[in-house]
Amino acid sequence: MKLKDTEELNVLKAQSLKLIEARLAKEGVDTKNAAGLVRHILVCGGPGCHSSGSPRIAEVLEEELDRAGLADQIKVFEPGCFGFCEKGPMIQIHPDNVTYCEVSPEDVSTIVQEHLIEGKQVERLLFMDPNTKERFAANIPFYNNQLRIALRNVGYIAPENILEYIAADGYQALAKVLFHMTPLEVIDTLKVSGLRGRGGAGFPTGVKWEFTRRSEADQRYIICNADEGDPGAFMDRSVLEGDPHSVLEAMLIAGAAIGSSQGYIYVRAEYPAAIHRLKIAIEQAREYGLLGKQILGSDFDFDIELKYGAGAFVCGEETALIHSIEGSRGEPTVKPPFPAQKGLWGKPTCVNNVETLANIPPIILRGAEWFAKIGTEKSKGTKVFALAGKVNNVGLVEVPMGTTLREIIFGIGGGIKRHKTFKAAQTGGPSGGCIPTKYLDSPIDYESLMAIGSMMGSGGLIVLDEDDCMVEIAKFFLEFTMDESCGRCTACRVGTKRLHEILQKITEGRGTLEDLENLEKLCNIIKDTALCGLGQSAPNPILSTLKYFRDEYIAHIVDKTCPAGVCKSLLKYEITEKCVGCGRCAKQCPTRAISGSPKKRHVIDQERCLKCGACMEQCRVDGAIIRH
Amino acid sequence: MCNSDSPNEFAQKLDNYIDSLPNKKENLIAILHYAQEIYGWLPDNVQWHIAQKLDIPSAKVYGVVSFYSYFTMKPRGEHVVNVCMGTACFVRGAEKLKNELENQLKIKAGETTPDNLFTLETLRCVGACGLAPVMIVDGEVHGKMHEPQEINEVLAKYRPEG
Repeated sequence: MKLKDTEELNVLKAQSLKLIEARLAKEGVDTKNAAGLVRHILVCGGPGCHSSGSPRIAEVLEEELDRAGLADQIKVFEPGCFGFCEKGPMIQIHPDNVTYCEVSPEDVSTIVQEHLIEGKQVERLLFMDPNTKERFAANIPFYNNQLRIALRNVGYIAPENILEYIAADGYQALAKVLFHMTPLEVIDTLKVSGLRGRGGAGFPTGVKWEFTRRSEADQRYIICNADEGDPGAFMDRSVLEGDPHSVLEAMLIAGAAIGSSQGYIYVRAEYPAAIHRLKIAIEQAREYGLLGKQILGSDFDFDIELKYGAGAFVCGEETALIHSIEGSRGEPTVKPPFPAQKGLWGKPTCVNNVETLANIPPIILRGAEWFAKIGTEKSKGTKVFALAGKVNNVGLVEVPMGTTLREIIFGIGGGIKRHKTFKAAQTGGPSGGCIPTKYLDSPIDYESLMAIGSMMGSGGLIVLDEDDCMVEIAKFFLEFTMDESCGRCTACRVGTKRLHEILQKITEGRGTLEDLENLEKLCNIIKDTALCGLGQSAPNPILSTLKYFRDEYIAHIVDKTCPAGVCKSLLKYEITEKCVGCGRCAKQCPTRAISGSPKKRHVIDQERCLKCGACMEQCRVDGAIIRH
Repeated sequence: MCNSDSPNEFAQKLDNYIDSLPNKKENLIAILHYAQEIYGWLPDNVQWHIAQKLDIPSAKVYGVVSFYSYFTMKPRGEHVVNVCMGTACFVRGAEKLKNELENQLKIKAGETTPDNLFTLETLRCVGACGLAPVMIVDGEVHGKMHEPQEINEVLAKYRPEG
């Protein structure tokens, strides 16, 4: 059914509202009077929950409901990511608004019997605060200080049903743009809202749209950059899988504002679920006349095609991405000319990241002023972070710009795993840096992160603790950029390799103090001379660790030790006089490097020791085996 | 990935796909994706064939294939084991997991076992950071892989019985 005008869209919205009615309790709408409402069970379909068995839970739920004769009163859905990956697989029951954590297929029959039939909450599956032991059915502390704009529909609507998106105000912003706003008004709205690119660099989105619109041409293109390649970042994936229509709607709005009739989504081939959902969304949008010719009865035509990446990090850089869409090697080229002037097939092209796009429909609907009120002076709105590493609550969090790292890591994130000590937070992936304890209280926005030697990047936030070696972390990122360097410019191709070699030398205990000077010198040369953003930012992990954790580098070089106990070549295992001679360690040693008579102190042959640490793991006497 | 079709049928399928595309040259990457899906890898003769069919230099095809890590010019084993080397997995012991897999499979990352059963590879982040460290076998994610015993049990599921 093709929608012919806004009226038909509104009728469809009114009809579709009942699809999500049961879930509106979460939004504060009174659903108590709606007796006889069909109940909804949402089973988190995010990557984490999916991998730990949520599809099986949904399956068992359907079977159990069928057996209990409840199948027509209770519906099971698999929406996108709930965000609280640590406690997955999770399910939510609406309108009761109860969330259950770490659900296994074996728990399903209890949930059906106790919750759905007897009306009692299953206490043991509710979230428990690890400190106060308090249980929460709703309002779990993890979500308390979050504000979901880009993720507003993720984990809430069924992503494979366009009607649910329409019920949740979907395509209303497009209708507003087509019939009540001029293209310049749309661009102005974005400029006033202060929205900046969420892919990393933070360029103002409205300005980018204006540049593209100003370039004279018979065709312009809109590209959605969904080539999320930062290791440890999965926010774009969650939007694509959980709310694909919001990306399509934003691209349509961009098309109308910029004067383009063709869009491309460049998505990683490694995200098959996202590709699947996008294909369904595009098909449904075409079916309802929201893509194609004369959209909603206007004179605006627009269509979207999917293009697949093939595993090249550098393709996140816009000029490289454009070459890749054209079917070539994804090598970046010098800017200017900017894509806004000369991009895909030589035509003006606007490239926006997934998260940036997901923010646009609410900005159009609720107004620039609403958005500009959120955040800090220069960074407006919210940012989604993929919080991971040594933190208790791993997950996807969306917070207003200006939130401090402490609030994210110790508030939402629940602190450091196993009561260890926080050492640093790594933001911005391979282009970013490590932020030490002293900056835990500085508000996060584009400028403040740059000022302390890191960057927003796409939003990976990895928490490091006392057991992480900062030299090793820098080496890890350099290995990544060295691998992913496209090879076009010497600064990056050769430079990252030399940097990696020096770091290798240091972690093996062969470094000299002169190496540190050379590291810094080379880092700055690469920063100044590399062709694209990937190369220019490649030295950041080294520069920031050198700045804040120089003592660790010095310990590796001068004392020949690794303070965190990570760098194997610098480790030494020794058995102390506390040894009782039980022989457990000797049995476990893979190279038989441990010898000694029963009930006597054993010794480790350092020549044969692999430094695997198996002996220490086996030892039951505190302090009998030490590592230094 | 691989099926029982004969090489001729593969070639026919590939040709049909290429013929169905309106713009051929700009779809080189999509064509290579398709070819790798049916052949399992991209041997020289397939690259040559695509170049001829698209009327572009074979150097261009090779240039694209060798640029992107998703494309492989080596045949893979029946099952592909991937270790996630994303940052979250790295700080939670991905290196140890990789070493253990190399140990158990007796091959290095990037290699295939002599019986053609397993290929071991690494990749960057599958977005299951809550389960770190993770290994992925034929697209199925196995999380919190710390113990050699658990790793062995996962691999055993993919070994032929007996």
